[in-house]
Parts: sequence; C-alpha cells; structure tokens
Amino acid sequence: MPVPSPTAPRRRAVAAVAYLMLALVGLAFLLPFGWLFLASISEQPTLSTSIPDRLTLRNFTDVLTGDNLHALANSLVLSMGAALLTLLLAAPAAYPLSRYSQRFGRPILLGLIFATCLPVTAIMVPVYGLFVQLDLLDSIPATTLFLTATGLPMAIWMMKNFMDDVPISLEEAAWVDGASGLRALLRIVLPLMVPGTTVVFTFTFALTWGNFFVPFILLIDPAKQPAAVAIYQYFGTQGGYASYGLLAAFSILYSLPVVLLYAVAQRTLGNAFAMQGAVKG
Amino acid sequence: MVAVDLPERTATRRPPARRGRRAAGRALPLVPAFGLLALFFVGPILWCVYASFTDIALTGAGASTPHLVGLRNYRQMFSDPTFTKSLWLTVVFLIGSAIIGQNIGGLILALLMNGRRRIVRTVVGIIVVGAWVLPELVAGFMWYAFLSDTGTLNAILHAVGLHGKSWLYSMPLASVTIANIWRGTAFSMLVYSAALSNVPDELLEAAAVDGASAFARLRHITLPLMRRAMLTNLMTITLQTLGVFTLIFVMTGGGPGTKSQTLPIYMYQEAFKFYHLGYGAALAIVLLAVGGLFSIVYLRGMRKEV
Repeated sequence: MPVPSPTAPRRRAVAAVAYLMLALVGLAFLLPFGWLFLASISEQPTLSTSIPDRLTLRNFTDVLTGDNLHALANSLVLSMGAALLTLLLAAPAAYPLSRYSQRFGRPILLGLIFATCLPVTAIMVPVYGLFVQLDLLDSIPATTLFLTATGLPMAIWMMKNFMDDVPISLEEAAWVDGASGLRALLRIVLPLMVPGTTVVFTFTFALTWGNFFVPFILLIDPAKQPAAVAIYQYFGTQGGYASYGLLAAFSILYSLPVVLLYAVAQRTLGNAFAMQGAVKG
Repeated sequence: MVAVDLPERTATRRPPARRGRRAAGRALPLVPAFGLLALFFVGPILWCVYASFTDIALTGAGASTPHLVGLRNYRQMFSDPTFTKSLWLTVVFLIGSAIIGQNIGGLILALLMNGRRRIVRTVVGIIVVGAWVLPELVAGFMWYAFLSDTGTLNAILHAVGLHGKSWLYSMPLASVTIANIWRGTAFSMLVYSAALSNVPDELLEAAAVDGASAFARLRHITLPLMRRAMLTNLMTITLQTLGVFTLIFVMTGGGPGTKSQTLPIYMYQEAFKFYHLGYGAALAIVLLAVGGLFSIVYLRGMRKEV
C-alpha cells in the first residue's frame, strides 16, 4: 500500500515492532534445534546444549550400523510403497469426483473431508484387532496398505482440487474422438497436473516416513520395523547417557530425507506447494 | 457448469439400462480406493463400536470367547477417575495447544509476515516450517532434551540469573502443550498466509482512506473475510491435535503418574499394555466423539453465512 500519508512514521514504527517480534519468534523456534545439532557432532554429548570441545563425525559413522541401515531401508519400502500406491488409487478415484461431481454428490466429498481429519490414533485399537484376526501382524505389505488407507482421503481430496483446475474442454475433444475416461485421464489430465501429483506424493511419503504409532503397533519383529520405531526401541531400551550423540545423529539422518524432499518440492513447485490442494474448498 | 453439460445431455438420450451401466462405469474407478477405505477405516470403526460392548482381551478368557457385556465398559469408564482426568487433560491440551496456541499463534505470525521483506519472511518461514516438517518422534526427543534438568532452557534461564525447574516433572501438560504449539503452528501460519493474500487490497486501502485504524481494518475487514479459512483450519488442527500420541509418549510417557495422560496415551496403556481391548475400544469411541463434537461446532459455524 504505497500511499504517502501523514501516518508514514507511525507505519515505520509498526514495521520495526513487527520485525523485532518476528526475530524473537524465529529465535524461539530455533532454540530447540540447538541440542540436536550440537549433540550429534560432540564427542561426549549430554542432554545439555554446549559448544563441544572437539568436533567429530564419529556419531554419524557409528550409528550407520547394519541394523539401523536396515531400519532406514524398511522406512523407504513403507513410504515409497504407500506413496506410489496412494497415487495409483487416488488419481482414478479423484477423476469422477472432479468431472461428474453433481452425480456422485456431496456425501462422498463430505465423507472424505471427515476421514481426512479423523485422527488415526483413534482407530488403532480396532485396526490392531483386525490385524490379529486376519493374521496380518508383522506383515510389511499389510502395514503399507493400512498406511496407504490412512493417507488416501487427503490424497483424493487434494487430487480432486488439483484436477478441478485442469480445463475440461481438452477432454471433451478426446471424448468426441472416442477416447475412454481412463485414456483421457492418463493422456490429458495427469500430464497437466504433474505439480499437484508431486505435492500429493511428497505429503504421503513424508507422513508415512514420520509415522511412529502405526508401525509401532503393527510391526513387532525388529527386523521389519522402520527407522522411527528402531530409534525409539534402541534408545528407549538402552537409555544410556553414552548414546545421546548416536541418538542425535540417527535423528538427523532419519529426518534428512523428508526435509530434503520438502525443500526440493518447495523450490521446484513454488506456489503449487503453498497448500493449495489441501486448503482450498 | 456449461462445460459439463455436454456428456450429461448425450447420456440422457440413451436407454435407461445403458445409462445405469454408464453411471456404474463412471463410479468404477472409485472402487479400489473406497474398498481399501472400507476395509481399514469403516470396518475398524464398526468393529470398534461392537468391541466396546464386549470384554474382548488379548489374553485370558476374553481372548478366546469375548462376551457381550452391554454398557459395562462405558459405565466403568465414567466411574473411573483416571478416565475423567484423562478426558479433562485432553480437552485442556486441545484448547491450549490447538485452538489458542497454534491457531492464534499462526494468525499472528501470518499477520506479522504479511507485507514484510522477502528475506525475513523466508528465514522465519524456514525455521517455523522446519519444526513442522521434522518427524514427530525427533521433535519429541528435541523437546525432551530442551526441557530436561540440564537442558537448553534451564541453561538460558541460569545465564540471565533465573532458576530453572524440572519442567517435564513439574509442568508436564504445559510442556507437551508448548512442544505441540512449536510443532504445529506452521500449518496455521501457511493457511492464514494464503487466506490473507486473498483479502483484496482495495478494501483495506478504502477503509484506511476513510480513517479506519489498523485494528479496525483487521477486526471488520480482514478477519470476517478469513472466517471460512479459520473454521477449516480450526477443524483440521483440533482433530490432528486430538490424535497426538508420539510427542507426548516420547516426552513424558503420560507421566509423571497420569499428569499428562491424554486419551490417546490412556487408550494405548489400556489396550496395548494391559490388553483390555474392549475398554480401549470404548476409549477410542470417546476420542472419536470428542472430535465429532468439535467438528459439529465448526461445521455449524461454517454454515452461517456472513
């Protein structure tokens, strides 16, 4: 609002206060990160944050043992599986919801919004019961399927919103030429919504990668547990003070993939990533 | 709407049987996704309702032959002081960390960032969103270390001449509430930043020319225009916060005693530590009911047009 006015000095004062407050908030949000970074490169880390006497990368090399690498690989299998499966199921489901929405109507959409918000925690007791009864405990494929299901309502909802932005006139031409809905979806719609699809993939991957509770309940065999559960089990049972450096190093290594994924998606997609699919409507 | 007319009209000219088949054909792509949702969402919730009326357990008599016990789980629940306390803690945690903390915090951050220099917005944005992107488990570890006796917070307080405390022991609920605000504020901030950018500048300028103060503009123009975004955001963060398990589990484990034992932690203890699946299912139903109650309030608010 570049309107020169007598209130200009006051506005400058307001801006100064805003910058000061932003600086304080930024600092407050930054502080808890301190321990994680300093402990990970310290030789004798404790729970306190201090500048280490000697810097070392040994924590990182020490923590990359066979078991921990295996846990990270399990995380990758679960997250990649869930993210790809989500796209495979959400794209076709979003298509009729976007194109013939008046026929399927609002009940499905409202149901989707409700399921999107439903805390997964609340259904873990019955899901555990279901897994026991179907003898699916400790099954990575079944856990992947469940994780897919938990992210699916949000994925369908976001896909539908991104799809609404693709003009229907292009498909109409294809329909007139006799193309089926599936062909129109694959050849015309999906190529035009690559950014949206990437956002959905990123969200699903990150959600699955960061999920602790679901694999904690459904996967009991340590050889099948993903990194989140492995870190918790390892340090929860050891609890020794000597392992804080390893805990911090493993936490960083475990966080890195999702942080990088978000950063890359944010950089390359820019505004498409600004939560459009998630928030609109 | 015009664009959709074409396929609809050709459809009405077909005989009814073909029309039905065509509608079914259009619904077909929904089947795999909704089948999976039925198996893993709807099924478990229905089972949960059933199990909450039984004495089903993982071990002992209830494991092989669960019996219907009517409302016993629910009666037990409401006469159980641990439950009442847990429900209360959950509501306080919800209001403190989601409705007040994340919601107001996110709104203030979005307002502060609005129109500021790009570099400042980027730096603060990266820090705040970084807290949100980090896996919940790691956030739990970090806050455990930050608030521990020898942790960063006490070190800072000591440096300025104040005495710290064992935060996780003396104020466990406040500790997890603040950690959850730290973790979740980014989401509200992003929602409100997007909503703010949709408020037309002309309106604000016109009001400013008419002599409306900055507060009056916020109160009478910006906030009313953001009403929908606010209610959607409140619904999302309330239900997300309701399900928070990992953060509390790592930081306090619900303790000391039951001082930070919100419903998800209590449910976990009952169902997976003491193997009372029926009682755990009843707790899950209450958890869903709390979420449902809040959602109804927000949805009603949304229906009212301004």
